[in-house]
Amino acid sequence: MSAARHTPLHAAELRHGARMVEFAGFELPLQFSKVLEEHAAVREAAGLFDVSHMGQIELAGPEALDAADHLLTRRASTLGVGGVRYALLCNEQGGVVDDVTVYRTAPDALFLCVNAANIEKDLAWIRKHAPSGARVTDRSAQTALLALQGPASAAVLRSVAAEALVSQRRFRFARGEVAGRDALVSRTGYTGADGYEIYCAAPDAEILFEALLAKGAAHGIRPCGLGARDTLRLEAALPLYGHELDDTTSPLEAGLDRFVERDGAFIGAAAIRERARAGHLRALAGFVLVDRGVARAGYEVTQAGHRVGVVTSGAPSPTLGKSIGLAYVPPPLAAPGTEVDVLMRGRAMRAQIVETPFVRGERAGKSTSA
Amino acid sequence: MSETDIPDDLLYSSEDEWVRREGERVVIGITDYAQQQLGEIVHVDLPEVGTRVERGDELGSIDSVKTVAELYAPVSGEVVEANEALAENPELLNEDCYGDGWIAVLQTDGGDDDAHLLRPSAYRKHVAERSD
Repeated sequence: MSAARHTPLHAAELRHGARMVEFAGFELPLQFSKVLEEHAAVREAAGLFDVSHMGQIELAGPEALDAADHLLTRRASTLGVGGVRYALLCNEQGGVVDDVTVYRTAPDALFLCVNAANIEKDLAWIRKHAPSGARVTDRSAQTALLALQGPASAAVLRSVAAEALVSQRRFRFARGEVAGRDALVSRTGYTGADGYEIYCAAPDAEILFEALLAKGAAHGIRPCGLGARDTLRLEAALPLYGHELDDTTSPLEAGLDRFVERDGAFIGAAAIRERARAGHLRALAGFVLVDRGVARAGYEVTQAGHRVGVVTSGAPSPTLGKSIGLAYVPPPLAAPGTEVDVLMRGRAMRAQIVETPFVRGERAGKSTSA
Repeated sequence: MSETDIPDDLLYSSEDEWVRREGERVVIGITDYAQQQLGEIVHVDLPEVGTRVERGDELGSIDSVKTVAELYAPVSGEVVEANEALAENPELLNEDCYGDGWIAVLQTDGGDDDAHLLRPSAYRKHVAERSD
């Protein structure tokens, strides 16, 4: 049919009724049933996502930690073995090359989980800037990745894995068996809910996928696609590269201060500091539509008839029953309560800037058990 | 994809709209194929009553969770009714696209503007060509 690549779960997904879409050069499920139902499953029970299209880039050797400290906005040398954290790769102008999660797998080794659309770019960037004592290896093709998300995800994982993997704290990971196959499991996710990301060898992906769906059925698990992945991450106000982030955006404009060591010596640190000192021209803000409609990336944000910014992402929020979105506006307009308009095909929809995330805590499905 | 419903008593446009002529009045909506392609519909921009449109003009738009689709006038005429129920319940377009999910009624000029519309058999082919 198309020339798009397949993940190891492609055949299994078709068997489960997936409707496919092309994304980052891969054919992936957009939805299996209805986007709103899959979204609700993650908020109320559990959802299972194939995110094997994402890339895994390993750094190993005596200079691996130095390489990571030089490339990432947070020092990897302060991340203990078994720890995972979110950080950014920046260019010399302080713009974002990619947003990644960093896993410290050994005293002298770590890997980055990177966006599918940026794998080649990130590899070239890392190879260019890593010292020779850091071996850079692309593990993307051999690695499958499943995301198990929702308040029931711990219960589901418990049915196929040892307690040690289940009871890890957030932002920790460990290796162990899942459904009898070697895996690396981290307590992380991109939905705002409790959950796990499960890495395994590509040939084992289908066994894990089917086992999780089978054992998770009693807990209400549903396979979920990219449609729900986007509405969930938007409710959690998590950025998506290519929308909220690109190589001209400072992470500080995107509200990612927590993930940038301001006094760091990484590539782009000086530019980030300089841009902050000069004053940012825009800030990322969350908004809710007051009038009926749906905001989309690229729609203009106006105030009193004047263009003041642009929407970077927008969608209906199934949990809130309203339309939400993220937009870049001048920093003074980013204050919650500010009233703006969003232009939808020439019509001005009233909107209000709000605190983010849009959905948090219990409503985001955070588990009340360990 | 599940079975696509294409009633035999309607005419169709190549933009996946259906047309039911009642004398000079024409009721329009989107087809089962269109609503399946769009996914869950969350908002409808209805045309304003009193608007005059020529065939092919933009009549409104439909937002689903993941995308937005334009609605085009399949015939020329004046919008005399718009289905306000879709403002509160846009999902009617998914649930009952040929019944309660009707979108608008146009008053046409009486000339034979329907010659370009597709008969059910031709529309069935048009759908089949685009399905896998």
